[in-house]
Amino acid sequence: MQAPVNHIVGLTSIVRERLLPVSGTVLARLNQKVSPNDVIAETNWAREHIIIDVARTLRLSPAAADRIIKCKVDDRLAANAEIAVGRGLFPRTIRAPREGRVVVVGGGQVLMEVGETKVELRAGIPGTIVELVANRGAVIQTAGALVQGVWGNGRIDSGLLVNIAEKPDGVLTAGRLDVSLRGSILLAGMVKDAETLQAAGDLPVRGLILSGLYPSLMQTAREMRYPIMVTDGFGPLPMNSAAYKLLSTNIKREVTINAEVYDRYSGARPEAIIPLPISTDPPAPREVETFAPGLQVRMRRPPALGMIGVITAVKPGLTQLPSGLRAASAEVRLESGDSIVAPLVNLEVVG
Amino acid sequence: MPSSLVDGNSLLALDIGATSTRAVLFDVVEGEYRFVASGTAPSTAEAPFKDVSEGARNAIASLQVIVGKTLLDAAKGLITPSQSNGSGVDALVVTLSAGPTIKTVVVGLLKDVSVESARRLTESTYARVIETIGLNDTRKPDQQIDSILRAQPDLVVISGGTDGGASRSVQKLLEPIGLASFLMLEEKRPAVLFAGNEKIKDDVKTLVGSLAASMHFSPNVRPSLETEDLEPAERELARMVINIRKRQIKGVDMLDLWSGGHMLPTAYATGRMVRFLSKVYGSQKGILSIDIGSSAAVVSAGFKNKSTLNVYPQFGLGENLSRLLNYTSLGEILRWSSLDVSEGVLRDYLYQKALHPSTISATKEDLVISQAVARQALSLAMQFARRDFPRNIASIKPNLTPLFEPILAGGAALSDASRPGQGLLLLLDSLQPVGVTTVILDQNNLLPLLGAAASQNNILPVQVLESGAFLSVGTVVSPVVTTTFGAPILHGRLRYENGSEARVELKYGNLETLPLASGEAGTLTVQCLRGADVGFGPGRGGTIPVSGGALGVVFDGRGRPLDLPSDAVRRREMIKKWNWTLGGE
Repeated sequence: MQAPVNHIVGLTSIVRERLLPVSGTVLARLNQKVSPNDVIAETNWAREHIIIDVARTLRLSPAAADRIIKCKVDDRLAANAEIAVGRGLFPRTIRAPREGRVVVVGGGQVLMEVGETKVELRAGIPGTIVELVANRGAVIQTAGALVQGVWGNGRIDSGLLVNIAEKPDGVLTAGRLDVSLRGSILLAGMVKDAETLQAAGDLPVRGLILSGLYPSLMQTAREMRYPIMVTDGFGPLPMNSAAYKLLSTNIKREVTINAEVYDRYSGARPEAIIPLPISTDPPAPREVETFAPGLQVRMRRPPALGMIGVITAVKPGLTQLPSGLRAASAEVRLESGDSIVAPLVNLEVVG
Repeated sequence: MPSSLVDGNSLLALDIGATSTRAVLFDVVEGEYRFVASGTAPSTAEAPFKDVSEGARNAIASLQVIVGKTLLDAAKGLITPSQSNGSGVDALVVTLSAGPTIKTVVVGLLKDVSVESARRLTESTYARVIETIGLNDTRKPDQQIDSILRAQPDLVVISGGTDGGASRSVQKLLEPIGLASFLMLEEKRPAVLFAGNEKIKDDVKTLVGSLAASMHFSPNVRPSLETEDLEPAERELARMVINIRKRQIKGVDMLDLWSGGHMLPTAYATGRMVRFLSKVYGSQKGILSIDIGSSAAVVSAGFKNKSTLNVYPQFGLGENLSRLLNYTSLGEILRWSSLDVSEGVLRDYLYQKALHPSTISATKEDLVISQAVARQALSLAMQFARRDFPRNIASIKPNLTPLFEPILAGGAALSDASRPGQGLLLLLDSLQPVGVTTVILDQNNLLPLLGAAASQNNILPVQVLESGAFLSVGTVVSPVVTTTFGAPILHGRLRYENGSEARVELKYGNLETLPLASGEAGTLTVQCLRGADVGFGPGRGGTIPVSGGALGVVFDGRGRPLDLPSDAVRRREMIKKWNWTLGGE
């Protein structure tokens, strides 16, 4: 049976596509070296629209109104710019209520987009531009350590990695955050209260890598302006040993967190990348595995939720579980030395 | 591939679910169609595959091993028609429920009329209404445009205007739709279904048609103020959903091609089957089908003159599970638990399961939690669906579940019940049937597949239904009564075909069973006490033929609406006792 894979790899090639949500201008060049905060594409995006109903305001037919409308599609109008002037002794003037761009003219109406803001697409990871996607973005390649998580708050940043979780089940509290951690990315166990997230923002830190997040804190975590990546899930979960070992052995290295919102359909996942010097490109991680003895796996459901183990045997047929359900299963030897039988659908390959 | 399945013998049905893909083989055995076997594989709609055909091929490969028959060629293509060497199948049908919830904007005139009809139409598929635009909308058109742009809908459903009725008001509502579509990237524009005043079709085409990803028309869902006819629009919408999925998920187009264009949304195929059953077997009572799976909870009911189909992605047990708390509380879910589980543990469970929808319960505690969640989700789905049941249907009390015969139940939550009794108790708790009804478990989730096959081969569904492929759990007798706990409410006497008898005294708050094996029949005489009503009237008894099942005849004396003890410790003890009575642990 095919197995889902969660990447926790010491050295691998990482290739990521970064695209604007709408078309814009690509600033990056092919083979350009980029750092995570470099802007590789940008666009202007108006989120608001205004309809100016010239015909109705001037009590004209749509066709008559169209004849006196002075602007055309794509015109950029300043606030109060003249759009149309009525007729008669005291002609009424229709003006643009706000600065904006004309997007539609017709039927006696003008549709403007206003409140334009600049959208900048950052590289998100350090690396080399290996492909340009016309009007949308680029493909970036790098090499280094990769740790994927299960939840992210949508932010990106990079900084030096500092471990303040002495062990995988450590708990980060506001009292542990002091000024020496300012500008760092913290490997920080689990967080149980909103004050800690706020305190980290006040420092500010450049990011948090958490093992578990209480569901009640998700909204606060989304509001934080620094990236938060959760490696294991929701509630009081320790960090899986594979992620903890890898991250805690890379302390004081530059790490980038792209806390992308997990999207099961596109495959977007939050991830931490630690660029490493290489002489030749390491292989890319495998996206798909087949369950087999020797594979390192993580438990995605109780018992032993979050624990890492190794498959010692894939059992033939269906196995009855303690719950009474029957499912294709494997014997897994956990790091504690205990062996358990787990349904294959509850496992994901780590590697 | 043969042009008609009647000419062929074997039929392969694929069901592409959110977490599992099943390949089911039907073939002629001793002159009649039978369910032969099914193979399963994880679905592959999501990354890294992003191609449902991969999971379909894996499921077919699994089926090949089970039946010892080659179905795929060397290039992993389906062999059709069946060959002289026994390989291949004669035809294929496909049902699909995988994919993200379809974001839908509903447009209509009056809130309680056409907007409501458009909402009902949208609920017949895997969609969620994210924006509603109607005459009573106080927003300006530009604000409506911005709302639509923010929502980025996949689908717009427009109804409104009785035939020959209002046209200018509908046209006015269409302007923001057309302008918003114009402002979207071409590949992100929504598909549009117009199911309103047929006289303004041309205007709709002009205003919206060229700006939509695709423009579809169906007969008016509200031809007059008093009449609602969703069926033709549901059919059109079902096809649109497949086309939307073709844009979203790779492999859907290929499987649709393999099936000769006979791919249907799973829920629609179920609804079609329920409509068919209610026409063929319908009595005064309705026919109810429920399916609670990863992608959605589906409630389909067939009544004498009307059928309803309600699909609730928000009550699915997969990726949407964490949003269940928008509709209920942790306490409401925990009242169904036989174990003392904290709210924190339950909350973490909901979010963790939403992260990994394909996982299953491996421990007893985890199973108890998952079944409590399924009970509450199904209970909510049933409450929501009841709003759309017709008014003049057979019932004992208007505020209770109407009378149904039979109740068909399927989906992952029931497949996850390790014993039929567990599944039955889940259904009794969440659906709260009244009177006398037969409960049938669709343990192989065949109903939608038969619905998909029905349009091509109307013999196959009938023969498979009557072949014993479904598990009859038994006949359930649920009196409507309120009294004190432990008071006798019903005496039952079951006369077997061999002339022997078994008796039961049902006390309020208890469950009881009388054995009656599958395939056997008997005659049940009930005497109702304390005004209990099983459909003969308050306090009235009667004699009825009953059929057997895995649990025989089950008497549910727990009251309607179900009267759970308020004391948590006592409630958990009672749940354990009820579970034990029905053969659980």
